[in-house]
Amino acid sequence: MEQNLTALSYRLRQHVVDIIMAGKGGHIGGDMSVIDALVTLYFDQMNISPENVNDPDRDLFVLSKGHSVEAYYAVLAEKGFFTYEEVLENFSKFGSKFIGHPNNKLPGIEMNSGSLGHGLPVCIGMALAARMDNRPTRVYTVMGDGELAEGSVWEGAMAAGHYRLDNLCAVVDRNRLQISGSTEDVMHHDNLADRWAAFGWHVISVDGNSIPALHGAFEEAKQTKGCPTLIIANTTKGCGSPVMENKAAWHHKVPTAEEYAQIMADLKAREEVALHE
Amino acid sequence: MNKIPNRQAICDVLMEQAANDRNVVVLCSDSRGSASMTAFASTYPEQFVEVGIAEQNLVSISAGLAKCGKKAYAASPACFLSTRSYEQCKVDVAYSNTNVKLIGISGGISYGALGMSHHSAQDIAAMSAIPNMRVYLPSDRHQTRELVKALLQDEKPAYIRVGRNPVEDIYSEDSVPFVMDQATVLQEGSEVLLVACGEMVRPAKAAGEKLAQLGHPTTVLDMYCVKPLDKASIVKYAQGAKLVVTIEEHSPFGGLGSMVAQVVGAECPTRVINLALPDAPVITGTSQEVFDYYGLNAEGIVNTVMKGL
Repeated sequence: MEQNLTALSYRLRQHVVDIIMAGKGGHIGGDMSVIDALVTLYFDQMNISPENVNDPDRDLFVLSKGHSVEAYYAVLAEKGFFTYEEVLENFSKFGSKFIGHPNNKLPGIEMNSGSLGHGLPVCIGMALAARMDNRPTRVYTVMGDGELAEGSVWEGAMAAGHYRLDNLCAVVDRNRLQISGSTEDVMHHDNLADRWAAFGWHVISVDGNSIPALHGAFEEAKQTKGCPTLIIANTTKGCGSPVMENKAAWHHKVPTAEEYAQIMADLKAREEVALHE
Repeated sequence: MNKIPNRQAICDVLMEQAANDRNVVVLCSDSRGSASMTAFASTYPEQFVEVGIAEQNLVSISAGLAKCGKKAYAASPACFLSTRSYEQCKVDVAYSNTNVKLIGISGGISYGALGMSHHSAQDIAAMSAIPNMRVYLPSDRHQTRELVKALLQDEKPAYIRVGRNPVEDIYSEDSVPFVMDQATVLQEGSEVLLVACGEMVRPAKAAGEKLAQLGHPTTVLDMYCVKPLDKASIVKYAQGAKLVVTIEEHSPFGGLGSMVAQVVGAECPTRVINLALPDAPVITGTSQEVFDYYGLNAEGIVNTVMKGL
């Protein structure tokens, strides 16, 4: 990794906050937990860029937890698919393409998402197509942990295991909170690794807010043959500022002026620390 | 009597195409037998995907394949495909604009005595309400063939409903007047307009012939293209007619009758009577027994017209 991706991740978190302030709404908690996985995928792992969006051999990504779109916009803008200023100016505005969930009218976005439980099965189709055509494509999706209550996720888990799709890697953003509270209270997912392993997946559990740890997990997934890989990215919802961290109320929230100042100061401080590490 | 069901005609066309096109992919949800796709699966195993009894997965996987350049044909009972996987049809197919053709087999009340769980009397309404989704109900095997050949030429989503059993031919092998997204005019007459789709075209055609004999010049439209509806043909023949009757194997709400009435009401106000299944679980029986019971046959159509005139 040539770039300091940890510092980049904290800088992009600041963009996320500003996007949410500009749009007057957004799923801030999940944006903050998932952004390290997105940064690792787009700046360390995937063969994807604005120059190769039509290359059939490119890697493919679907943000199954589509409500984390603000983090996705920040990452895609940094990658050059559009500009950060465009997002700031248009997010959630009347007539805008920058809506509150990913849509493929925007460059860099393959599939529309927003309704949970769709990303994994769609990625199975992509992975099957890549295998049929003998392409080097790897296919990635990121799901939320609350999302795992959707039955269609398990239809997908079954099929990916059945077809031994080793060109497919799914990530669960395991931040342990959903809109109503703890995932374990709403619909528990403990023994997650065992569940996926039982469906025929190779399972890796890592610190999902550590880019070096995510890098290692994605590399291991690439080396895994004969079955798909699930990365349980153990994350902190709202990661980056104690104002938001591990608080279910920050699932979808716009910071007040005071909260904004504190969050931005916290994120800047962590960016500085990362830059000097 | 023809012994080839419309679903077999779909498989035949896809196999002909697959011989020279490795991007044609068929997906089934433990439905290859009932979809008449067994021959495709055994002849082109590399272009066939079995997903098990998982209709949501069926549609999403189809969308993923289509995103990567495949022409995905997902064949599953219409009752499950159009409602169990409705959201996948809406989001992954129509909204994401993927080249998925949804083949609803054993549509309408084809499954007869199996009951309401297996009937699809809502599929036209449900699928038509999705932006970017087209809806087709071909009437016989020859038209089904032409329709699938036309659909292979485009890259847009579509839902196609066919019945389970063979139906009598409307057209013949060397005479299938087919223009994509235009109703086929089976008979022309100025007094009455009959508009039907799918398996109801056959009794509508017979009724049209009978009405003409009785001295009531009647137009019969085979509206296989329910969406996009051929509005021009409806207006052309409804203008000046005394009565319009629609016939469909569907709920009375949101189907062909509703759509035709919308057009006629806006463009050329004339009385419209909708013959459809009841808003209730249908009586137990074979398709023909059920159709006869509710007057969805030539006699019922003629009687409706005679009373309505």
